[in-house]
Amino acid sequence: MTRRYHLGSTEIVYLALAGILLVAGVLVAVRGGNLFAQQNVSYMLTQTSLLGFVAIGQTLVVLCRSLDLSVGYVVALCSLVGATTMAGDPSRVWLGVVAALAVAAGVGLVNGLVISGLRVNPFIATLGTGLIIKGFLDTRFKGPEGEVPFGFQTFGYTRIGPVPVSTVVMLLVAAAVFVLLTRTRPGYHMFAVGGNLDVARLSGVRTGRVLVLAHVLCSLCAGVAGLLIAARFGTGNALVYSYGLDLDSIAAVVLGGTLLFGGRGSVVGTVGGVAILAVLDTAFNVLDVNPFFKDVLRGVIIIAAVALYARRQLDPASRRARFTTGGGDAA
Amino acid sequence: MHLLLDNYQKIPRLVDMRADDDAHAPSPDPVLRLRGVGKDFFGTSVLREIDLDLYPGQVHALVGENGAGKSTLMKVIAGVHRPETGTVELDGAPVSFPTPLDAQHAGVATVFQEFNLLPDRSVAENVYLGREPLRRGTVDRRRLHADTTRLLDDLGLTGITPWTRVGSLSVAQQQVVEIVKAVSYDARIISMDEPTAALADQEVALLYELVRRLRDRGVAILYVSHRLQEIYDLADTITVLKDGNHMLTAPAGEVSPDRLVSTMVGRDFAGFFPDRPADLVPGEVRLALAGSGNTMVDGIDLEVRAGEIVALAGLQGSGRTEIAHGVFGIAPFTRGRMTVDGQPVQVRTPRQGVRHRLALVTEDRKSEGLALGQTVLANARLVLDAVLPRASDRRARAVPGVLTSLDVAASTVAAARDAEVQYLSGGNQQKVVLAKWLVTEPRVIVLDEPTRGIDVGAKRAVYDLMRTLTADGAAVLLISSELPEVVAMADRILVVRDGRIAGELPGGSDETAVMALATGAA
Repeated sequence: MTRRYHLGSTEIVYLALAGILLVAGVLVAVRGGNLFAQQNVSYMLTQTSLLGFVAIGQTLVVLCRSLDLSVGYVVALCSLVGATTMAGDPSRVWLGVVAALAVAAGVGLVNGLVISGLRVNPFIATLGTGLIIKGFLDTRFKGPEGEVPFGFQTFGYTRIGPVPVSTVVMLLVAAAVFVLLTRTRPGYHMFAVGGNLDVARLSGVRTGRVLVLAHVLCSLCAGVAGLLIAARFGTGNALVYSYGLDLDSIAAVVLGGTLLFGGRGSVVGTVGGVAILAVLDTAFNVLDVNPFFKDVLRGVIIIAAVALYARRQLDPASRRARFTTGGGDAA
Repeated sequence: MHLLLDNYQKIPRLVDMRADDDAHAPSPDPVLRLRGVGKDFFGTSVLREIDLDLYPGQVHALVGENGAGKSTLMKVIAGVHRPETGTVELDGAPVSFPTPLDAQHAGVATVFQEFNLLPDRSVAENVYLGREPLRRGTVDRRRLHADTTRLLDDLGLTGITPWTRVGSLSVAQQQVVEIVKAVSYDARIISMDEPTAALADQEVALLYELVRRLRDRGVAILYVSHRLQEIYDLADTITVLKDGNHMLTAPAGEVSPDRLVSTMVGRDFAGFFPDRPADLVPGEVRLALAGSGNTMVDGIDLEVRAGEIVALAGLQGSGRTEIAHGVFGIAPFTRGRMTVDGQPVQVRTPRQGVRHRLALVTEDRKSEGLALGQTVLANARLVLDAVLPRASDRRARAVPGVLTSLDVAASTVAAARDAEVQYLSGGNQQKVVLAKWLVTEPRVIVLDEPTRGIDVGAKRAVYDLMRTLTADGAAVLLISSELPEVVAMADRILVVRDGRIAGELPGGSDETAVMALATGAA
């Protein structure tokens, strides 16, 4: 039996990334700049880490045919919980980290239980928890609060060559999620839950638990992103929720080839999607593109990518075809 | 309780021992025994007093018309439905499966018609879903593949590799993977619901081979099929159901195809259908197809004349609905010629269909026929307002009249403006769908299962309407699974089988003849 080579979604993502790097590199070079100067590369990689954490988590819930719109608020909340718990005391760093992650996990647990237990549409459920967190943040925190000890700020700033530590940590988290999805039962079951809930249930998968786990892990990833924000700013900041991390993370997941309807995708693709968005962002900055045009281009690229994937989907009707379209019998 | 005892005293039905074939001679005890099984849905009984014995190493065919209760019986065995009366015994012990998963773990597996696989996962991942082998906490992919390979080898399936993505397999291979999954649960009983319905002829051989191998391994197989050829090729024993009743169980060798078909059909409906008009002379050809086809149907030739009712009969999935969809532009024909009133037309979308004054009353009124949350009036005006707005004024005035003439429950103008169709009965909903099309004054109207799930009074109203339409010069194409309806209403009957027209019969033909053409017995 011969196996035809078929480009997978992940390969396409990285080909697109290479293409965009090339085009952007040439455009910048024409303007007399260098996209690959250390300063630009560092900026690019720094951009990837923050969105990376959030998008990795988002991948898990999207794979389960769910969605998390509360991630932006979780990031903001966790930056504040971390920074205020640390309160400038180096000995309280771990306490701050644990507190922030515990809060994140709690939000994820609530999301997961509301969606799987009360059967609330994930869009509405996570929008609801997000708004609740927003209300809390808006009334309780008027500005930046808390203080991150210098030791922990290194998480935000230290670089190994051009590579920020935070990017390395993000890639480690991505690797862990990769193992989860490709080597563990809960990972396998996430694909099943997203692919077809009934099939999963009838095969003995405890679908509720899988969904809750995905949401907890998603929020935890957002929590790590919150800690990264705190490390960079030196304080927690409620206004981080206006960064648009929620929609950007979904965009990155979809750019990375994960099906928005669940059941298919990969974290490797998501990292590629994040990188594409970071390259675009860096190139736009270096080229000094008008901010409006920048958003338009981003939108066009995301829609084009999803349209491309949609064309690759099998038409379910054609699988049952009895005759070929040309005429006469199917062979 | 005395009901159950009564059933126990029934004489077990005759089961063939097929003395000529020692290779899979059944052991004397059935592995699964059903006694007096009955099932109701909302007060309507769909299964009554069903007895069934499945023996290891035997293929037991379950046949009957659409709606005879075959699928319901399968679902009772699979643990999807719980029977109201009767008992199910596995190895002589009474059992009750709360969920299909429990049935599966007890060795009772079911392969349903709709695919229960994840197309984006590999064969191995599908087969062992929920039971992935572990090694030090992670999935042991080597064992996962090895176990699947062994399963596939045992069943002689060489064309499928464990790591192939299920979505890239052919329909037949996917069906096989489902059966492999059932076997992986050490199933001793496997029921299959029309496993060949979606398969091309040469793919059927793969399934035959697999069924025979399973039988030789001592698995009891319940095989639901419409196709007589398959039944005689595979089955040791045949059971016929009709209208939820058990009609016959006999060795395959002792039932002739003629007797089988005549047991499946036949009901007393005298006087229920409106009389055929005595002086009917069909007019001009309204709709003609010549060599029409697409991916689902091929070589369709048909003519429907003004004043004529032509039925498309055939089994579910035979391609009847696809012909209607081709005519109306839902899934357009990609070859052949179509003419309306002698003019060649190309109908690529339903909108174009409406513009050629075609109408299609779809099979599923709730999802395709009505905007359930909207009012009777809004639904009745839907096509007019959407496609023929310039004609709307004149025709819209006719809407209340049409509703009244159909005797829709909420037909007064005020009521039609307020009543949401979702609160109407099935029959009244169907009348609203009909009204929606009647106001467009169609030249050709296609009715796909127009009387499904509606009460007797509404059925009669639909039949009367069909006569009225033809008297006014419309051409009617009727798609129906109800043979009495087909035989009594149609002037001509075209029988569809496997995407082609298998033959034509005059109206008033014997139901048996229609069934014989539809199942391939003729």
